[in-house]
Amino acid sequence: MSQYDAIVIGAGHNGLTNAAYLAKAGLNVVVIEKNDYIGGAAVTRELYEGWKYSNCSYVCSMMRQALHRDLNLSRHGLILVPYLGTINFGDGDERLFSYHDEQAAYLELKRHSPHDADAMNRFQADLTRYSQFIRKTLLRTPPEPTSFRPRDIMEFLFLAKQLWRLGEREIYEYIRFFTMSAADFLDDYFENDLIKAAMASPGIIGTALGVYSPGSSYILLHHVMGDVDGNIGAWGLARGGMGAISSALANALQEYGGEILTNSGVEKIIVDGRKATGVVLDNGDQISARIVVSNLDAKRTFTQIIDREDLPDSIYERASNFKIRGSSGKVNIALSGLPKFTHVPENRYINRGGQGFTGSMETMERAYDCWKRGNWSDDPFVESVIPSAWDPTVAPPGQHWMSNFVQYCPPTLADGCWTPEKRDAFGEAVIKKIERYSPDFRDLILHMEVRTPHEIEEEIGLTEGNIFQGELTIDQLFFNRPFPGYGQYRMPVENLYMCGSSTHPGGGVSAACGANAAREILLDLKCRNTVPKDDFYDE
Amino acid sequence: MITIDPYAGERLKLSPFYIREKELNIRDAWSAWNGYKFADYYYDAEYEYFCIRNQCGTYDICPMQKYAIQGPDAAAMLNRMVTRDVDKIGTNRVGYAVWCTDEGRIIDDGTIFKLADDRFMLTCGSPCTAWLRKSAFGFNNLDITDVTDEIAALSLQGPTSCAVLKKMGLTGIETAKPFDVMHFPFHDDTLMVSRTGFTGDLGYELWINSGRALTMWDELYDAGADYGIQPYGETATDMARLEAGFIMPYMDFNEALKTVHFEHDQTPFELGLGWLVDFEKPHFSGRRALLKEQQTGPKWRLVKLDIEGNWPAIEAIMYNDEECSEEIGYVTSAMWSPAVKSNIALAMIKSEFIDGELWAEIYRAKELRQYRRMARCSKSTKPFWTHTRARSTPPADY
Repeated sequence: MSQYDAIVIGAGHNGLTNAAYLAKAGLNVVVIEKNDYIGGAAVTRELYEGWKYSNCSYVCSMMRQALHRDLNLSRHGLILVPYLGTINFGDGDERLFSYHDEQAAYLELKRHSPHDADAMNRFQADLTRYSQFIRKTLLRTPPEPTSFRPRDIMEFLFLAKQLWRLGEREIYEYIRFFTMSAADFLDDYFENDLIKAAMASPGIIGTALGVYSPGSSYILLHHVMGDVDGNIGAWGLARGGMGAISSALANALQEYGGEILTNSGVEKIIVDGRKATGVVLDNGDQISARIVVSNLDAKRTFTQIIDREDLPDSIYERASNFKIRGSSGKVNIALSGLPKFTHVPENRYINRGGQGFTGSMETMERAYDCWKRGNWSDDPFVESVIPSAWDPTVAPPGQHWMSNFVQYCPPTLADGCWTPEKRDAFGEAVIKKIERYSPDFRDLILHMEVRTPHEIEEEIGLTEGNIFQGELTIDQLFFNRPFPGYGQYRMPVENLYMCGSSTHPGGGVSAACGANAAREILLDLKCRNTVPKDDFYDE
Repeated sequence: MITIDPYAGERLKLSPFYIREKELNIRDAWSAWNGYKFADYYYDAEYEYFCIRNQCGTYDICPMQKYAIQGPDAAAMLNRMVTRDVDKIGTNRVGYAVWCTDEGRIIDDGTIFKLADDRFMLTCGSPCTAWLRKSAFGFNNLDITDVTDEIAALSLQGPTSCAVLKKMGLTGIETAKPFDVMHFPFHDDTLMVSRTGFTGDLGYELWINSGRALTMWDELYDAGADYGIQPYGETATDMARLEAGFIMPYMDFNEALKTVHFEHDQTPFELGLGWLVDFEKPHFSGRRALLKEQQTGPKWRLVKLDIEGNWPAIEAIMYNDEECSEEIGYVTSAMWSPAVKSNIALAMIKSEFIDGELWAEIYRAKELRQYRRMARCSKSTKPFWTHTRARSTPPADY
């Protein structure tokens, strides 16, 4: 039986980050991973020869640059490249192009609505203001609202100071914003439906909420608060696919002396008395350690790999009721050429960014209606990007791979479980949607991987295939994430911690959950803190 | 065969005067304003600046936003929107105005042309469509049209500008007083001329339907040939306006609706525009906040500075003494003034320091090497540069 200081369960990007910081502090760390590859949902997989799919997460903007720099991820092979704007496709022939260039962006918006072209300035300023506040909390441990410990009080004072900096009026707006729907929020600014739909679409990605559901405005913010080199809202691609992030983190971890064990699923966490002391692997091996860190989601951690009798009742109940609804699908496609889209000029820039098959506010809401009834939509919202137009490493020259993120797709269907036939029919619905805007699209397809929440759960272990490891609604955010009273990464079983997206600040390839958990663990183990402070462009 | 430009949607729009401007923009020095291609300068910025002060120059203000606001409710709507009393602007007169958020922060500044009791034109630097719509809530007998693309506008500024317009055939233009508007028949159309500008000098602005823009340009340039007429761009404008003490958006003030930090925008009192705020008239946006500010006094003040030495105080931080004991503000615009041979600047200073010593920390590169200097500043209450010709009616011919 091997003896470690820490076992991290799950080699997703947060688990690797957590382990890297523990190893950096001199701890003897092992990351155990059930799959034969690492990365969790930040992976690059060659499922068709010559094509490297980022088959789960596909773009990156939330990665904390302080961690990127501190862990020398660039030296370990990571480079994040921002990509240009997205084309949003309306239900009909309307197209909305987005540009980084201020003048081009203004003229394009004005083409759709002079009113909205003007209003966009206020929208951007307001979103930037909201983002600046939230971003400051990402690499910090949420304070406990009921604790009177000095550190929690200091943290609340810090937050109050940041909030105060928003100005009196904005404090009200901020509170209002958190509980609104994306649609209500956008109605304050815009009149044009396609502009609204394009701006609303980040509000539904990965969530079982619709554009009209309260709470979706925060999801919108969660998706636009990231930045690439200070450009808030910009998205980047990792050269070599999202797996490049995980492999850079793994390299950093190994350089600090950490180990990674693949093909090692966890059967259960061993709890001796009230303390976690190790894990039993699915091959029967036992590994013991001073602490155990779960990078699995809260539901999986507490309902599947810990015996119920080892837990306080309330935790099992909270974990069972943890809101982690699957709502997204993913279709990865190898293409023999760059697709052409109708009513899109053929120029060297515009066709090479992202495509939002947005439709309209109503189309998105109807797609959500299908999810509620346990069906996939025939007219889904699809957010696509063609990374090979930017990244020479992911497809052969002249050929392309297209990532298609699909909202909505239910974890189980009204007529029963997913079957391979139903999965393919879902993939077909996505192709049909793209075909409406690119008539020759089907002819370009060389290979397709269709992933419903079922496949995502089976392969990656995300409960219901929820990409955030739990809904990003206010009841499950900040000090309520994953559960009220457990917002500081320490779990009810002594020596057990969580470090995945089920903890603050939630989903997205930010590495912040893993780093925040490491900071708390090192504090408990009386080790020197190795986790850097975040840095901001607005300070 | 017609080739379609695949970048058409991304390219800047061209002003109705562009064909003529392109010929004269020897340096290909272009930038952009509100989606229009727009000249920084044409030949030599300093030469163009001296045309404004010595002969005359034209400045293309087509990209400036123009809104026709018409109907029985037009005056009431504008009165609720802007801080000054629109009813006090006479017919065929122009008034400078600012409009604010409920917090009293300036959204933009611009000019209101009163063309009839129920007919106005509002001009401003940035698009204002969304705010105008909000400002019109509750006023139903009203029509607001963006006429930016329909009306071509050219500013003609400088001591010979009146003579040029007379030669062009605008009989009686010399009777126009500052801020007057006159209308002249022009090729079955009407040419509107206002005695306005952004240079502090004698000058006019010409407003014509876009279709007649080139005809107007040609006749103006024919008339001006012997009067030194010359197009000028953004650089010369910025020099002339600073000498005149006029404020520029994105330099001396931020538009409140686009500002991320609530203290990074300004109020009329902070900018020295208290004279534009009329508490006697009925309610207007920002009234409550401005009334409070009038009692407590503004936190910051924009001041005109005369700075010792000749290093322009560009982006300088302001201190209360030579030792930099306390940071008290920052320079917003600065230049060496060719007309008055002084080192001038506008700076935002915290009110409590306004009467003390003012020092600017100035950096300047000489052949790539950076130098630093502390320069004492004195406040100036008048525009840095004025000339009687800017106000006299009729103006002299040069």
